[in-house]
Amino acid sequence: MNCLDFISRVRAHFDAVASDLLSQLADGEDAALNICAEETLYLRFNNNRVRQNTDVEQLAVSLQLQAQGRTVQKTRPLSGNMDVDRAALQSLLGQCRAEISALPADPNQVPMQNNGSSSEEFRGGLLAPERVVPAVVAPADGCDLAGFYAGGTVIRGHQNSKGQRHWFANETFFLDYSIYNGAKAVKGRYAGAHWVDADWAANLQRSRGLLQLLNKPQQDIKPGAYRTYLAPQAFADLTGMLGWNALSSAAWKQGRCPFKKLADGVATLSPLLSIDENFGLGLAPRFNSLGEVSATCLPLIQNGELKTLLTSSRSAKEYGLIANGADEREAPRALDVKPGLLAEQDVLSTLGTGLYLSNLHYLNWSDPVSARITGMTRYACFWVQDGEIIGPIKDLRWDESLYSALGSQLMALTSHTEVDPAVDTYFQRALGGTRGPGALIDGFSFTL
Amino acid sequence: MPHTPLPHEPALHHALKSADWAGLRHSCETTTERAVRNGRPEQNQSTLEEGVMCEVLVNGHFGYAATADLSLAGLQRAFDRAVATTRATSAHKVFGFTAEQRPPATGSYRSARGRDLDSTSVAEITDCLMAASQAMALSDLVVNRSASVMMVQTQIDYFSSNGTATTQSFDMLDLMLSATAASGLESQTRTWSRTGQLGGEVFDRDALVQQAELTAREALALLAADNCPSGTLDLILMPDQMMLQIHESIGHPLELDRILGDERNYAGWSFVTAADFGQLQYGSSLMNVSFDPTQSSELASYAFDDGGHRATKQMLIQDGVLQRGLGSLESQARSGLPGVANFRSSSWNRAPIDRMANINLEPGTASLADLITQVERGVLMHTNRSWSIDDYRNKFQFGCEYGQMINNGQLGRVVRNPNYRGVTVDFWNRLAGVGLDATSHGTAFCGKGEPSQVIRVGHASPPCLFKSIEVFGGQA
Repeated sequence: MNCLDFISRVRAHFDAVASDLLSQLADGEDAALNICAEETLYLRFNNNRVRQNTDVEQLAVSLQLQAQGRTVQKTRPLSGNMDVDRAALQSLLGQCRAEISALPADPNQVPMQNNGSSSEEFRGGLLAPERVVPAVVAPADGCDLAGFYAGGTVIRGHQNSKGQRHWFANETFFLDYSIYNGAKAVKGRYAGAHWVDADWAANLQRSRGLLQLLNKPQQDIKPGAYRTYLAPQAFADLTGMLGWNALSSAAWKQGRCPFKKLADGVATLSPLLSIDENFGLGLAPRFNSLGEVSATCLPLIQNGELKTLLTSSRSAKEYGLIANGADEREAPRALDVKPGLLAEQDVLSTLGTGLYLSNLHYLNWSDPVSARITGMTRYACFWVQDGEIIGPIKDLRWDESLYSALGSQLMALTSHTEVDPAVDTYFQRALGGTRGPGALIDGFSFTL
Repeated sequence: MPHTPLPHEPALHHALKSADWAGLRHSCETTTERAVRNGRPEQNQSTLEEGVMCEVLVNGHFGYAATADLSLAGLQRAFDRAVATTRATSAHKVFGFTAEQRPPATGSYRSARGRDLDSTSVAEITDCLMAASQAMALSDLVVNRSASVMMVQTQIDYFSSNGTATTQSFDMLDLMLSATAASGLESQTRTWSRTGQLGGEVFDRDALVQQAELTAREALALLAADNCPSGTLDLILMPDQMMLQIHESIGHPLELDRILGDERNYAGWSFVTAADFGQLQYGSSLMNVSFDPTQSSELASYAFDDGGHRATKQMLIQDGVLQRGLGSLESQARSGLPGVANFRSSSWNRAPIDRMANINLEPGTASLADLITQVERGVLMHTNRSWSIDDYRNKFQFGCEYGQMINNGQLGRVVRNPNYRGVTVDFWNRLAGVGLDATSHGTAFCGKGEPSQVIRVGHASPPCLFKSIEVFGGQA
C-alpha cells in the first residue's frame, strides 16, 4: 500500500469512526477525538550493515469526554477494520461514562469549543522500502557507519463535538547517522521529503571531510573556563533544554521554572538573543490536542527579554493568564532562534583560542533555580588556537547557567542557521523541530 | 487482564511459507494515570496499547513488522511485510543468525501482588491521592502539592514456529508524591515514590498521608537550608540515589549491544571492552552486582525475555571484578561473551534489544549507623534529581534532592542542591561500605534504541559509603 493510500484510508476511517462516536453523545456531554497514525519503515545500521528492520503501521485514538464539570481521557489503538473499531470506541465511551461520575469536579477544566478547522497534507518522494538499504550503504562503502533511517507517513487529526476538525499529514524521512575512525566520530543527518541520492552522497562526503580533521593529535584540555563555539547542532542541544519547564507558565506558577528570574523580570538574557515559536517552519501542526490553533509566529524572547511564556488554556484558567495555543506540556513545538551577524567563514578567527563543539550530550538541569545545566561534549569537538583547529579533544563535562551562556557571556550568533527536524521515535515518530544558529560564548565552564 | 486469543497457529503457518522461522508476540497493556494537585483533580486517563509484533528469520536475518489488526488477514499481511523487508535487507545483515537465538520455551509468569489493581476503585484511589495532596498543605510556602499514580497491567503472549508458547502477566505501579516549597526566587522540590510489581495494597490512606506530611516538611527544610558545600568529601548514597548510580554507571556500560556498537549513534558506546570480562577491577572488593529478574516485586521481574530465553539470576560483578555482560542470545552469538535473558521490547511495536532488568547491588554487613560513624566529614544524599553521563559511561554528574552533612560520625544539618561527580571505575573503587538493608527502586522510563523505547528497570541496593568524592552545591 503506498503512502497516498495510507493517508486517504486513515482519513476516511477517522472521519467515519469519529462521526459515529460523536453522534452517540448524550445531552450535557462533549467529546474530542485525537488520532495519531504512522506507517514507517525503521532501519538500524551498524558497521554500514543492517542490524534490525522494523515495519510499523499504527493508529491510536484518544477520546476525551467532558460531563458534569469532569474530564476523562482514554486512548486505544485502531485496527483499521470499521466494525471492530466502531465497537471498540463505543466500549471506550462506555468506560469513560462509568468513570466520570466517580471523579471530583475539575475547576480547571477547559470546556470544548469550536476554534475553527484546518487541513494540511504534505506528500513527498520516498524510496520504496526495498531500495532504502542499497541507497544508504552504497555511498558509505568503506565507512564504519552507525545510523538510523525512519521513513513514511505521520498523521495527526482532531475532531470534537463542537464541530472543530483538524488534519495534518506529512510524508518524510530522516537518516540520523555517525561515522567512525576508531573511537573518533562525526555526527550527521540527512532529512527531507524527497530522497535524492546525490544529496545523501554530498552530505556524507562533508562528514567524511570532518572525520579527517579528527586524525590530528588529540589535545588534553584541563577543566576551566574557555571561549567556546557551539555549532548549530550543539546550540540546538542547549536551547532544547528550554522545553524542560523553562518556558512553561504552569512551571513558573508552580515553582519549577528555571527561567523564573526572567519571568519575574529580575533577570534578562543577551540582547543578541531572540526566540520565536515559529510554525512557519512547517515542521509541526499548528493545532494542539484541544484543537486550538497557535499563531504562525509567537515571539517568546526578544532581544533578551521575555515576551511571553507558553500558556495552555488549562494554565490560563487556573492562573488568570492568556492562553497562546500551547499544548498541555507547554514546551516549544517549533523553536526558532534568530540568527546573528557572525559569518560562517569568520567563526574560527573570531573564536581565536578556545573550543569548537559540534554536539553536546545528555543535558540535564544541575541547579534549576539558577538555570544551570550540565552535559558532555560529543563527536567532533576541537581545540582551536589563534583561529586554527589544532586537534580533537577528549570528551569534557561542562556545567553552566543559561543566564550566563545566553546572557552576559553570549558574544555572537552566526548569520547561518540550520533546521533540526525532530528525530524522536519514542512510542511513535515525532513531529516538530527547531531552527537556529551557532553561538560564540565566553568563559564556558568545563568541570571534568 | 486476559486479552483476545489470536489465530496464531495459522498465522505462523502462513509465515513459514516464506520464512525459515517465525514468531508472534501479542502484547496488551493498559496504563492508567491519576493525579491530584493542590487538592484538585489534575489527570485521569488511561491508554490501551495492543498489537502484535510479527517476527521472521529469512536468510539468517531477523526482521519485524508490527500491526494492531489482530485478524488472521491482518497478521498474514504483517508477516508478508516482514518477510519482504527482511529478504530485501538480508544481503546487508550485520550477522548470520539461526533459530538457536529463539529457543523453544513454554511456561507462564504472573506478578506477585497483594491485591488486584482491578479491584481497587477509582473513588478509593482518588480519595487517597486527595488526602495526600491535602496533607502536604503544611504552609503557604508549599506551593505545589502533587500526588499521582501510574498503574500498568500487561499481558504478553509469545508463540513461535519452533514450539514456544509463553504467557506472562504483570501488574506494576508507580505511586508518587511531590511537594514544592517556594519563597521569593528560591524553590525546592522533595519527592517520594514507591515503584514495583505491586497491587492495590499500596493504597493505604493513613500511611500515604503520613508520608505526604514528611515529604512537605522536608521540602520546607530544604527551602530554609544552606547550599551543599563544595569539596572532596565522603559520600553516603541512600538506596533511592544508588538506583541511579547503578543504572547509569553499571547497567548501561555492561549492555553487550552497546559494546558491539549498535547504540553508538544514539545513547552511546561503552568504556567496557570484550577483554575486560573476568579481568576488570570495576570496583572495590565490597562490590557484588547481580542481574536478577527472579526477585519478587521489583519492577523488571519476569520468567522469559522477548526472545523466549528463560530468565535466571546471574552475577555481573563479583568481589569487584567484572564477570558478565547484559547481552541477549543474539548479542552472545555475535560477541562470544556470556550474557543473560534481557532481550526486551517496550511494546508491541518495537523489536527487542539488550536491556537491563533488575540490576541489584547485593547487601553487605553494615548498618546505616555504622556507615555514618565511619565518616569524619561528608554528606548523605537522598533521591535522584539530576543525571548526566558521557556516551562511554565514564564521566558522570548526579544531583540529589536532599542532603545532610556528616561531621565526626554524626548526622547533622540539611543542605540543598547536593551534587557530586566522578569517573565510573575510579568511583566504584572508592566504595568503602555497603549497608545490610536493601530497598528496591526503579524507573519506568529508561530510554534507549533506534527506534527509541522506554522500558522498566528495577534496582535494589542498600545505602553505600564512598570515600573522597567531589561534592558541590547550587549557585549561591
